[in-house]
Amino acid sequence: MRSRLAIAVALPICAWAPPAAAQPILADLSSHVIAISTDFTGTEVVLFGALEEPGNVAVVVRGPSERVVVRQKDRIAGIWVNRTNIAFDNVPSYYGVATNGPIETFADERLLERQEIGLNHLRMAPVDAEGLAETQITAFREALVRAKQREGVFPAEAGQVVFLGDRLFRTTISFPANVPTGQYQIRVFLIRDGHMVHATTTPLIISKIGVGALIFVFAQRYAAIYGLAAILIAVAAGWLASLVFRRG
Amino acid sequence: MQIYLPIAELSVNAILILGMGATVGFLSGLFGVGGGFLMTPLLIFIGIPPAVAVGTQANQLVAASVSGVLAHWRRGNVDVKMGSVMLAGSSVGTVIGVWIFGILQRLGQIDTVISLSYVFFLGLIAVLMLAESLRAMSRRGRGGRGRGKLHKHNVLHGLPFKLRFHKSRLYISALLPLSIGLLAGLLVAIMGIGGGFLLVPAMIYLLGMPASMVAGTSLFQIIFTTAIATFLQAYSNQTVDALLALLLLTGGVIGAQFGTRVAGQLKAEQARALLAMLVLIVCLKLAVDLVSPPADLFSIDIVKGRV
Repeated sequence: MRSRLAIAVALPICAWAPPAAAQPILADLSSHVIAISTDFTGTEVVLFGALEEPGNVAVVVRGPSERVVVRQKDRIAGIWVNRTNIAFDNVPSYYGVATNGPIETFADERLLERQEIGLNHLRMAPVDAEGLAETQITAFREALVRAKQREGVFPAEAGQVVFLGDRLFRTTISFPANVPTGQYQIRVFLIRDGHMVHATTTPLIISKIGVGALIFVFAQRYAAIYGLAAILIAVAAGWLASLVFRRG
Repeated sequence: MQIYLPIAELSVNAILILGMGATVGFLSGLFGVGGGFLMTPLLIFIGIPPAVAVGTQANQLVAASVSGVLAHWRRGNVDVKMGSVMLAGSSVGTVIGVWIFGILQRLGQIDTVISLSYVFFLGLIAVLMLAESLRAMSRRGRGGRGRGKLHKHNVLHGLPFKLRFHKSRLYISALLPLSIGLLAGLLVAIMGIGGGFLLVPAMIYLLGMPASMVAGTSLFQIIFTTAIATFLQAYSNQTVDALLALLLLTGGVIGAQFGTRVAGQLKAEQARALLAMLVLIVCLKLAVDLVSPPADLFSIDIVKGRV
């Protein structure tokens, strides 16, 4: 809900901004909608933009926030079993950064922290963390980032923002096949002398379409009918198979 | 050819899934078992979330058991009365099982429980089957075939609520098939298997049913158990991927055709010994995974239904 709200707030600001000439930074996407159809194997979106005056650019791509439980295995009676767990709120389902160079060379640490730029600056809040040691929370948070990186939804390598001249820039954002659906927000920061000069937000919607979307929505909204339909299809398929089998 | 699975929410190779369906179908045709005990671990292995693997497998098994039971029905090898009594037990077992599944999922222990139940049941069955088929082979080797009594009387025959099962020529307590059904229902819900590999020996050794009746009757019961499990998993956990199930059963149907053909050329004891070894391999693989230190001690779960 919070991310949706953020877009709802950010959108009008972009839309009502003064004409282009007065904008320190402008950015847009090659497409604002990614459709996941049955042959979806991941995709790329190009973000391009222009600066009024030269500066450094950081792009942050963020999927909808969710709650994630991190579990730690422990050896109990010889087998490895999940034992301790900590839940984190405000975990982006997808998180990627692109910059035009090593970000620590042109951005102030406090800026990165405030704007949540970079994996180690994500404010993922532990739920019911009273009584837990800071070191333990850190270990769990690092494990969460590791797991997300394994899934490919927290790209470990920062993307490259490429400048064409010193005003125009672009970057390619790649999404893997298992990209989480929902409303994304892409924030583009203009950084000069270590400080943020301006930021702009552009939305991106990733959603399923076609048969896949139909199946998904049906399964969620009409779970009982979906269950019955699944059974009926299976019975029909089994019966059909037996007919073919008998003839063969 | 990649295809995006709408419920599992990932993209898989359709040919790979069809191939897996065909391979397991071939084995199930060969050995006369559902093959769920192979398919569920395979699905988890290629990255399908365990909950979706179990739910979808239940759906796929409905189709597999319908086509299986029709073949047995034509030969008159289904004891409907026995199947119905078992079904009464397995319906309750499935409902309890899906409920337990949900709790374990929330506690984060479902993966361990699935693996542990696999290791326990597969290990048990493999050892029993292997020993039995080795005995049978050596008997055959000696030429003579030991003929036991028609049925032995033991403590199980002292139980109340006796019923007469004409087709199986049995007069036994209804509590026996009822409790076997209950266990089978639990297995369908928690392990995503039809439970044929457990039901068949239980029906032969515990109930003393004639071997010809066992396969058809257990399949008859499995249709309904897996259907209930499919419905409950779809309704309460939304973990049935219809597209994945369709791919699996398409491959399965084709594989089963070849399997049954090859089965005709195998001796029953040989088939059982091979099946026992296969079961044992799956069991050992899972056991090794349970005791060897994981690559990363940590794992994550997204909490659905909130933002």
